[in-house]
Amino acid sequence: MTSQTDSVATLSGVSRIFKGKTGTVRALDDVTFDLKAGKTLALVGESGSGKTTAARVLLGLDQPSSGSIEVLGRNLGSLKYEELRLLRREIQVVQQDPFSQLNRRHSVERIISSPLIAFNIGDKQSRRKQVIDLLKAVGLEEEHLNRRPHELSGGQCQRVAIARALAVDPKIVVLDEAVSALDVSVRAQVLNLLREIQASRGLTYLFITHDLGVAHYMADEIAVMFRGRIVERGNRDDVFKQSRHHYTTGLLSSVPLASPTAEKRISEQVQSLPSPVESDACNYRSRCAVGSDREDCKSLPIQITQGSSTHSWLCHSPVVRS
Amino acid sequence: MTSALVVKGLSLSVPSASGRVTVIDDLSFDIPAGRRVGLVGESGSGKSLTAYSLMRLIKEPVRIEKGEIFLGGQEILGMDMKKFRHLRGNDISMIYQDPMSALNPIMRIGAQIIESIQLHSDLNRSQARKAAIELLASVGIPEPDRRIDSYPFEMSGGMLQRVVIAIALSGEPKVLIADEATTALDVTTQARVLTLIDKLAAERGLSVLLITHDLGVAAQFSDELMVMYAGKLVESGSVNQIFSNPVHPYTKALLNSHCDYTTDVKKPIDSIAGQPPRPDNRPTGCVFSPRCAHVQPKCRESVPQLEMAHDRLTACFRTDELFELGAVK
Repeated sequence: MTSQTDSVATLSGVSRIFKGKTGTVRALDDVTFDLKAGKTLALVGESGSGKTTAARVLLGLDQPSSGSIEVLGRNLGSLKYEELRLLRREIQVVQQDPFSQLNRRHSVERIISSPLIAFNIGDKQSRRKQVIDLLKAVGLEEEHLNRRPHELSGGQCQRVAIARALAVDPKIVVLDEAVSALDVSVRAQVLNLLREIQASRGLTYLFITHDLGVAHYMADEIAVMFRGRIVERGNRDDVFKQSRHHYTTGLLSSVPLASPTAEKRISEQVQSLPSPVESDACNYRSRCAVGSDREDCKSLPIQITQGSSTHSWLCHSPVVRS
Repeated sequence: MTSALVVKGLSLSVPSASGRVTVIDDLSFDIPAGRRVGLVGESGSGKSLTAYSLMRLIKEPVRIEKGEIFLGGQEILGMDMKKFRHLRGNDISMIYQDPMSALNPIMRIGAQIIESIQLHSDLNRSQARKAAIELLASVGIPEPDRRIDSYPFEMSGGMLQRVVIAIALSGEPKVLIADEATTALDVTTQARVLTLIDKLAAERGLSVLLITHDLGVAAQFSDELMVMYAGKLVESGSVNQIFSNPVHPYTKALLNSHCDYTTDVKKPIDSIAGQPPRPDNRPTGCVFSPRCAHVQPKCRESVPQLEMAHDRLTACFRTDELFELGAVK
């Protein structure tokens, strides 16, 4: 059923426009990407770039203004409510805040078994056994069954949220800033856990993060978003070693490396205030050191350049690589 | 070298079900004049309480049990509050984590900067306004004469953090505390704000205490580094030394669990098993012993003292062996 044999979800030309009193915001502007079976795609970019909106339309929690979304061969736009609900067995989400995504009045057992109840899976005994197995899979113990979220640490809550997402044995898991709230040592534990689970269950991840280090560690493929558009997309090495878009290089040079002897590179971006002007031209040019005074960047519609089978970018004058 | 700030034996406690428990335990350090000192540690390690103590912002139920803080030679914890208010903002000031909540949302930013300038000088309103515009320009806000009349909600997070920095600098302090000042910002904005703090500190000869949980930020923007764990200082020394050859097992583990885009993706990241102890359930012996990879029976019984070894201070019984073990991995 899937359009490409190895693709489990696809966004094709998806736009999401929010209209407000003060103007319209293109939260997503002609976004296209696909999730490949058993792989991880990371969406990176600053706050407001549209990462979470992309996740919401993929999960069917929000409708796109235009474009189509396909999950496991089914077009989300054509699904009835009940069909969409059943499809959620295959696509689950883990959110950012370890505490607010769990019902603080429910026990861990009730939290993790709630998707099983919603999809009418098993009986009380078999569900308990399944919850215990899930707890062990995420590095918790049977003794945690009756705890409530306030009795757990942030890292443990995040493990419970992961166990809940895995309960219905989905094929796709959307991880929306799932480790951002965790301390560095605990974050490392959870990242390792997510990689182990992916390998053992053949899961596909959409990994949303603003942390380039985490994206680099987790993702096979990376899409860099800027103001609703994917400005560069490619395999890990394409984006981190051969980045072509000036925004990507700006992001990379802004990350302070944990080595005092590392070369300090100050971002070359020019200072500017956001320009909400809507056009088909490059929307990064007001911050771009190269394109800010180039005529083609201002007037020519921007189009995707496909540099190789895996690497593409949205720039008239990309970084030159040998 | 003279010290801009000296902390001696600072201990703080909070109430718990089993009586008052220590959250900061016998903390001593100094910030040499004109230096940038990084303070790293996980949430709950006591970084922010340290900062609040320096600003005398500790309120019940948190209590300062003992300790002294000397600011430019003067002890401040025992000082009359009226007298300290003249130092706060003038000699020591702080940039807070969340710019949106540090500013009054219904006051124009100009009024907030002018208020702070007038509190610390005898300029009249129009002179203070002129000074505020100059301050906004110095922190890199474009069109400062226009932006001064903006409300906080009209500005982005990065711009607001610059306003907070402008207010912190308005009393021309000698010591500046930045408590997770860029944590809420995007990475590109963070880079610009940190570079700005660095530049201003160098121009004005400020001593900076940079509190962060981000090892990258600490590595790039400090001269000296202090590592805190569960309310205790476990290692402190020059940033180069600590990053190139960490000695304390917690420092080693913390550096190993850091993940940036130079991390080897083929291997699992080294993580620290377990989690930091709660203040009411701290272990006897070394606070890090339950999670330590190099633990020995002795570590569980007695508390290692912070001692000078290999050009740094560290609190571990196995300092020499671990130093020989070498750098990160």
